[in-house]
Formats: sequence, C-alpha cells, structure tokens
Amino acid sequence: MAGRRKGTMSTKGEDGPNNLLAARGAQRGLTKGLDRRGFPTFREGAGGARTDLEGRPLSGASRSFSGECGCAGSGRMSMSPGRRYIAAICVVLLFSAGVLTGCSVKKAETEDRLDGHAKTIENKGSDTLVNLALAWAEAYMQAHPVVRISVTGGGSGTGIAAMINGTVAIVNASREMKAEEINAAKANGIGPVEFVVAYDAIAVVVSPSNPVQRLTIQQVSDIYTGAIRNWMEVGGENRPIVMLSRESNSGTYVYFLENVIRMGNSRSKLLFSPDTLLMPSSEGISSEIRQNPNAIGYDGLGYVTADQKVLAVARNQNGPFVVPSAQTVKDGSYPIARPLYMYTAGQPAGQIKNYIDWILDGGQTLVAKLGFVPL
Amino acid sequence: MARPLWQSWALSLYDKILQRSLNRRGGSSEANGKPWAEFFIESSIRVLGFSTIGFVLLIFFFLLKEGLPILWEVSPGNLFSTRWYPTFDIFGTLPLILGSAYVTIAAIAIALPLGVTTAIFVREVAPDWTREILKPLIEVLAGIPSVVLGFFGMHVIAPMVRSTLNVPTGLSAFTGAVLLAYMSLPTIISVAEDALDSVPKSYRDAALAMGATSWQTIWRVIVPAARSGIATAVMLGMGRAIGETMAVMMVTGNAGRMPLSLGSLFMPVRTMTATVAAEMGEVANGSVHYHALFGIGIILFILTFIINIAAAGAIFRKRHKGGLR
Repeated sequence: MAGRRKGTMSTKGEDGPNNLLAARGAQRGLTKGLDRRGFPTFREGAGGARTDLEGRPLSGASRSFSGECGCAGSGRMSMSPGRRYIAAICVVLLFSAGVLTGCSVKKAETEDRLDGHAKTIENKGSDTLVNLALAWAEAYMQAHPVVRISVTGGGSGTGIAAMINGTVAIVNASREMKAEEINAAKANGIGPVEFVVAYDAIAVVVSPSNPVQRLTIQQVSDIYTGAIRNWMEVGGENRPIVMLSRESNSGTYVYFLENVIRMGNSRSKLLFSPDTLLMPSSEGISSEIRQNPNAIGYDGLGYVTADQKVLAVARNQNGPFVVPSAQTVKDGSYPIARPLYMYTAGQPAGQIKNYIDWILDGGQTLVAKLGFVPL
Repeated sequence: MARPLWQSWALSLYDKILQRSLNRRGGSSEANGKPWAEFFIESSIRVLGFSTIGFVLLIFFFLLKEGLPILWEVSPGNLFSTRWYPTFDIFGTLPLILGSAYVTIAAIAIALPLGVTTAIFVREVAPDWTREILKPLIEVLAGIPSVVLGFFGMHVIAPMVRSTLNVPTGLSAFTGAVLLAYMSLPTIISVAEDALDSVPKSYRDAALAMGATSWQTIWRVIVPAARSGIATAVMLGMGRAIGETMAVMMVTGNAGRMPLSLGSLFMPVRTMTATVAAEMGEVANGSVHYHALFGIGIILFILTFIINIAAAGAIFRKRHKGGLR
C-alpha cells in the first residue's frame, strides 16, 4: 500500500511540469511521513518545532516540562535545510502548541499546590469525618476568603490512596494509617504527618420499634459473627436479626471489626458473618434501620439521626451500660470510641499549617455541634 | 504572537494539499487518479473505524494484564472458596459469581413473561393509537438512570417486600431481581417486538384462514415462529442485567453469602458488579485485592461476551435461514 503510493507520487512529480519546487518538497516530506506510519517525520519535525518555538513567549519552565509530559522534543535537531519538512512541521506545531499550553497550565497548578500559598486545599477521606470537615472548611473560608478548601468523602482508604498518589493535601481518616500505606506514601516522596482532630464514638443502633435497650460488647460481637441469630436471645422479640455494616472500605468497618467483633484481641480471627449486609453509605444503614425492626447497625455517633434508637453498651456483663454522648466519650466510659485523624502530605506549611492550627484550636467549637467529641 | 505563526503555516499546508489534489486531477494518469486529500480522508476514516475494535481489544488486554496475576498470587482453593473477605486476604469468588447468576436468572424469570406478553400486546393486539403511545413510553423506560431506580428500590420496594412477604429484610436478591427485570424490560420488549414483526403476514393469514382464533394464531403460530428472536431478546436482556451495578448495589444488601437454596431469593446476595464498584475506590494500586477485582472484571467480561455471542449467533442463524425468525 505504502509502496504503491510512493511510486504514484514520484511518477506524478516527474510528469507534472508545472510543479512548484516548494510543493514538491512538501509532498515528499509528507509521503515519507506516511510511509513510516508518521513517527519518523513527526520526530524530526518536533526537533525543528522546538527551535522555532524558542522565540515564543513560552517560559523556560513549560519547555523543560515538555519532556515530562511526553510532548514533543526528542532532542534531535536533524531538520534538513530546505523546505521539505515544512508541512510536517506545521502539523507538529499545531499539535505541540496545544499540548505545551496544557503542560504549562498543569505545571502552574502543581506549583500552587506544592508550596505553602495554596489557593485550593484539597481535603478528602473518611465519610465519618466529612460533615465535620465541611463545617470546618466553611467556617475557615468565611474567616479567610483567600483560602479555598474543597472537601470530599469516599472513605479513609480512598483518601489515603489519594494522598499516596499525591492528589490531596489533607486526608481525613477515621483510623490510623497502616504501615504499608505510610511506606507507599514515602516511596512516592510524601511523608504523612498525623493530627488527632476530634473523637468519635461508634453507636450501635436499632429500629425505634425494637424493645432491646442495651447489649454487651460480647453480645454485639456474637450477633455480628452469627452466633446469636434471634433478638429473643438478647431480650427482644422473636425476630431474626439482620446485621448491617458499612462497606469494607470504610474506616468504621475496620474499627468495628477490631474493637467490637474481635474485642480488641489482635490474635482473634473472628470475621463478620457472611450474612452481614454491607451498605455502601451511612444513608443506606439509616434508611434500613428506620423501617426494619429486625435490623441492627453501627455508625459514627455523628451520623445517628433521631429516628434510630441508640443502644447502651457495656464492656462486660457487670459493667455499666453506657449510652454514647459527648460526655461519656470524653470521660472514657463509653467503650466504643476512637480518635479521628487528619494527615497532611508532609510537614504542613503556609495556609495548610494555619488551617490545621485553627482546627486544633478555634475549630473545636464546631466538633460538638456535629455530634463528635472535641479534644 | 504564537497564533498567527502557526495559522499561517496551517494555511500554507492547506494550500499545498489543495494544489496537489488539483494537480493530480489535472494530471493525465486516470488509473492512479485518487486525489491526495481523498486518500488522506479515506485512511483516517479507516483508522477510526478499526480503532473501535482496537479499543475493545486494548480493554481486554488491560483486564488480562491487571487480573490474571491473581491466579498465581492466590491459591485456587482460596479463589474458589465460599467466602469473600478481601480485607483479610480471603478471595472466594464463588458467592459473587453465584450471586450475579442468581439475581440475573431471577430477573429474567420475571422479565421474560412480562416482556414477551407486552411485546405481543403491542405488536399483535393493541390498536394503532395505543401502540403509538406505548412504544415511546417503553423506550423512555430505558432512559431512567439506574441510580434513580436504586434509590426508589431502597426506599419503596425493599420495605414493601419486607412487610408483604414477611422476610427478615427487603434488601434481597428478589428486590434486586425486580429492579433488574424492570431495567431489562425495554430491551426485551423492543427486540421481541421486532421478532414478532418480522413473522411473515402469510403465516397469520394462513392460520386465520384455517379457522384459528386470534389467540391460537398468536400462541401456536406467531410466537413459535419468532422464538429465536425472542431468545435473542432474552439474551440481550440478560447482558443488560448482569452488568448492572448501581441499582443492584443499593438494593441487594451485598452480603457475600452462598445463594444455594430457593429461599436465598429472599436473602441478601453480593454480585460481582457491586463488589467491584464498592471496593475499587479503596484498593491500593497493584495489590492482591486490586488484581482480584480485575479478575472479577475478566469473569464478567467473559460472561457478557458469551451471552452477547449467543444472542448474535441466534441472529446470524436466522439470517442464514433466509430472514425467518
């Protein structure tokens, strides 16, 4: 195919007496490009294109960045004299001008995010923390109109993965980062710094129509492993128990498994019963709890709505049964409570440092309002 | 500053292309007489056309590359065990595969009679004006976003299923199947309707002339004649159902239990699609869990591929036989 075209072209070139030299040159250059499926011509053209670009008001930064972007610029400057490649250069120029512009914009954004004077602070992570983080961001932005903070949820794991990939500045986490996650971040040149920003209690909830008032941690564990299958066994009606849990990417899931189902015993191999319903959101849990008298669920205290019934929980049979509240979490009497974390990508500086400092100080007044427990 | 520069180059390039093609047309040899520009356009169209196939292949290779490592990272015994706890390196895919199969088959069992009777009604029974109203309405059904249906299922259908059937929870395979049936109905109805439509009029005329009632004509003549088209409809509906994610994730409860008995219909199940959707966001790139999720992707891809091939095969056979369905 390619050979045929080439033959055709050369015949034409000789046949047509009216051919302009320039046109002929351009034609050959392009033919060559097509013959080799474009790439060689492209590269040579790119080398030329870079030379031609020198005079343009593009900054040095964007040009040096072009290599990283995989744009033009193989470093070869073998553009032959004459105008053979003029057409190819045109094409490449059109292409590279667009890409280079894109590169320079990207570079500018990265710079902004990396140094302290960030315009937008990306904050992502735990769904447990997302409401609180939003409230903080709103209050802080009102006081400091220069700063933009964008808050998204998705789960602690999602946020941490995003920080490992370098796309967020602050991660909200409802669990500590695992060693492997910290190593992965360090491998990418990011050293996470931990801050405890509030406390959270996990409330065990049932439908308001369920007469059960209190459970021990042992009973909750037995329910979730499938050892107890009827509400009658824990003092309720003769109904099957439907266990609800968050999905396994939720920090709440891991915390609940380790501290309730396994009761803090690190050698325990207990798991959620396979009958446990994994709900993709807190909303999924609350909507099922609201209308299903068989259901039992757990979620962050901040997410418990008035139409769910919160159970009193005791460490053991004799222990006091405690209903979670700001007071009982703070004084440590409620057994299922945990700290909540923010991780910054590297030692915070500039606006990020100011923001974290504010959270640990002035921002604490908001914590109680959202159902969490201040430091 | 930059724009006029490359604009002028672009213009000169355009000039030259024009000049070449004019030259060529003016030139003598008619045998090689395709203008340069035409060749260019033709080959770009060809490249774009083939790129679709290329993309599918690339996706499949990507799936294989990311998913196959699971085969040697995890023992087959683990891979086909009956529990799925990826957080603790237990990767039993059986409950997920069975869960998807269970929900899909239940959905088709609901959708098939509904879809085929609707198609028969629209095509054979309904007067013209009714058909004109029904057909666009059925197509509108296909356009409802699945997340909306999922929300509806979670807040309306699931509580209804629980209270009317007196089962522990409404978030069950059955609720998922109802939603999936609803979602695959538009596909089934329109394909089945086309199949009925292409049954030759002479069949109807002959049956009626033999003294058959119109019910007998439909049930004994037209539907059997259209059966391979109806089978295609069911296959395509299945393809739609097995790949559905959002609504299924919201209403099936996502409990990774083995759905082995008939009673499992009213228990929660976990499908492959919901598993991938729920867990992909959290998983660390390149981990065993990540490969396991892509492994599920491969299984899904192969299943939908087989289903679609079966559907296409039915269409092909039918064409081969000379247009009868």
